[in-house]
Amino acid sequence: MAMVLNEEQGMLKDAAKGFLKDTAPVSQLRQLRDDQSADGFDRDTWKAMAEMGLTGVLVPEEHGGVAMGHVAAGVIAEEMGRNLTASPYLSTAIMGATALSRFGSSSQKGEWLAKIATGDAITAVAVDEGRKHSPANVTMTAERSGNGFKLNGNKSFVAEGHVADMMIVSARTSGSAADQEGVTLFLVPRSAKGVSVDRLSMIDDRNSASVTLEGVELDADAVLGEVDGGLPALEQVLDAGRAGLSAEMSGSAQQCLEQTVDYLKERKQFGEIIGTFQGLQHRAAHLYSEIELGKSIVLKALQTLDAAPEHAAMMVSAAKAKLGRVAQLSAQEAIQMHGGIGMTDEYDIGFFIKRVRVAEALYGDAGYHTDKFARLRKY
Amino acid sequence: MDFRGQKNFEPKLDVNVKVTSTDEGMHMSDLDLFRSETKAWLEANCPEEMRLPMKDESDAVWGGRNATFKNDAQKVWLEVMAAKGWTVPEWPKEYGGGGLSKPEAKILKEEMRAIKARSPLMSFGIWMLGPALLKYGNEEQKLKYLPQIARGEIRWAQGYSEPNAGSDLAALMTKCEDQGDHYLVNGQKVWTSYADQADWIFVLVRTDFEAKKHEGISFVLVDMDQPGVTTKPIKLISGKSPFCETFFDDARCEKDNLIGEKNKGWTIAKYLLTHEREMIGGSGASAGALRPMGDIAVQQLGLNEQGQLDDPVLRVDVARAEIDGLAFMSTMERVTDEAKAGHGVGANSSMLKYYGTELNKRRFELMMDSGGHDALAWDGEGDVARHWLRTKANSIEGGTSEVQLNIISKRILGLPTS
Repeated sequence: MAMVLNEEQGMLKDAAKGFLKDTAPVSQLRQLRDDQSADGFDRDTWKAMAEMGLTGVLVPEEHGGVAMGHVAAGVIAEEMGRNLTASPYLSTAIMGATALSRFGSSSQKGEWLAKIATGDAITAVAVDEGRKHSPANVTMTAERSGNGFKLNGNKSFVAEGHVADMMIVSARTSGSAADQEGVTLFLVPRSAKGVSVDRLSMIDDRNSASVTLEGVELDADAVLGEVDGGLPALEQVLDAGRAGLSAEMSGSAQQCLEQTVDYLKERKQFGEIIGTFQGLQHRAAHLYSEIELGKSIVLKALQTLDAAPEHAAMMVSAAKAKLGRVAQLSAQEAIQMHGGIGMTDEYDIGFFIKRVRVAEALYGDAGYHTDKFARLRKY
Repeated sequence: MDFRGQKNFEPKLDVNVKVTSTDEGMHMSDLDLFRSETKAWLEANCPEEMRLPMKDESDAVWGGRNATFKNDAQKVWLEVMAAKGWTVPEWPKEYGGGGLSKPEAKILKEEMRAIKARSPLMSFGIWMLGPALLKYGNEEQKLKYLPQIARGEIRWAQGYSEPNAGSDLAALMTKCEDQGDHYLVNGQKVWTSYADQADWIFVLVRTDFEAKKHEGISFVLVDMDQPGVTTKPIKLISGKSPFCETFFDDARCEKDNLIGEKNKGWTIAKYLLTHEREMIGGSGASAGALRPMGDIAVQQLGLNEQGQLDDPVLRVDVARAEIDGLAFMSTMERVTDEAKAGHGVGANSSMLKYYGTELNKRRFELMMDSGGHDALAWDGEGDVARHWLRTKANSIEGGTSEVQLNIISKRILGLPTS
């Protein structure tokens, strides 16, 4: 497969680029923060994204989506990373759509996919319980109860959990914490009795939630995929999200470098444009090289997700590990090369270093994915 | 450049998930036919000995007037491949090449790799002079020199660097004077690879001392079989001498051995430097195409009870290096595909050279870590210590890492010069 975008993907990129730059740039995120927005994103923008077909990028056509695949989904995420567009795109259009279209029953698909495509439903994935990402570590319980299940437990760091209409929740139906078997995925409506959600505002001015389920009663048809066999499905959903995050971080890293290079061409010290100094040139050129490698491994991971999703885990972990490091390097170097002004809230670079810190931690940081890569390589 | 032999390691950490490629489009059936014919021909003609991994330098065939062959298989393999034009598959047939299209050449490469066939001929003529002649040589020069290169009859050396012209190559001072019916060359070159075993040398010389430094340089070919050309091997930290100093004392150069226009040699030099950069980036950096570092480390150090490499810190370093290796291989693919699609960034060859060579140095540091005490012996298994020492030159030869970063800054990022 050629490592370039096809015509359709290229057109999508141009469209997303123009739209997000005009409608949802960093200044929008800044405004949301200053207004202390409870949603943390702009619902009109979200609706407009849906009208453009962006939220339906992974939704099958029979459910009103455009089904363009993960490379296309990544192209959009990359442009969001450039603009730091705040939206539930990752949790809904990438992870929600992947979960439902790949593992949903026909009634689950019917209920949610069309609403994702139209921007009328927001979903979140509730996976982690502890300080660090660890999808197999599930203590949330789902006991059989009558015709269905009763769920009890806590989830943390649930991205977009504060606005989700429905959460995909991993719970233990058998075995003990950290067992690979015995995990089941449930679709839990926000409106279900016993669901409580605490919004947490994070350093990136986006939101996650702590979610408590207290005796939440669900029918058997709330199960997504197989009872006791939820972890492999969850991994595929997470991998779609991780690749999307990697693409987003790639966009952020590129934007940080571009802004920095622009600054190096303007700023004068010692009577000279500072971009003439080799000490800064070499930092920028090294960063450029790292970012180019990052772009490639992201595209490779996204292409693998489209071509052979069940074999994509290693490439996705490689991409998430690499981009976690590259994007942080880019934001850190951007501040250093901007000097004092890079430390000010008035300047946008600060928004980038905060967002990539969160994106890096979400669904496994670089350390987690380096370890996972080694395990998949059997060493 | 004595590392190219290592390319024959079997690749295991493949960046490509196998999916049917539709690149070839309508010509699929022709290419399928070419593939099956190639497979059969290789099976029938590649000697068994030429399918074993190369162990040391004596396994490499360099050809030349004084060609040495370790065994008949090496000689046979070179002859049959040269007869097909497959030592240089993509060169036109009239110059001794195979006249293959890019997709055909790719198939040949894949099928050779499938049976682990060695490269029949190592040659600076193929890698460097050939591409320059194809682009800048006149018809007479192409017809004279290219077939000799393709058949491995003449071994070439490269005369670029001088004691006072390294990174600043255009400062070169080797003098080339017009003597009416011939040129006279005087001066000294350094880091000439295997010059002591070469037959001819392509040399950057100064033909105009008045002009600006980039505008007085010419590209000439000199027969080394004359009293005016002498070589002296340079012993390196690895104990080996792959490079020489080459001295020109009233060396004669025939007038028709000027390539391109007089005083326009810098254009050719730059073209070849880019080409060399890509090659070093591609081979030195083939961290991904070589045997994966993780496999080597597991073999040397074993796994613990959790099935993890029995050195937790090295395990992380190895995984990071493999991830960077995958990202690098993917980048080589992407850069190639972007160039094909017509929106490539030319100076990206500098990025590949920079990153690839640094990555290769990292790989060999890890090999030394993983090899432990055994790796510290001279002439130990795989000769890893010498290879490790050799890699230190990767980021110096063909333009240092710092020069590549300068090129990236100026040509890609557009940063100004003072």
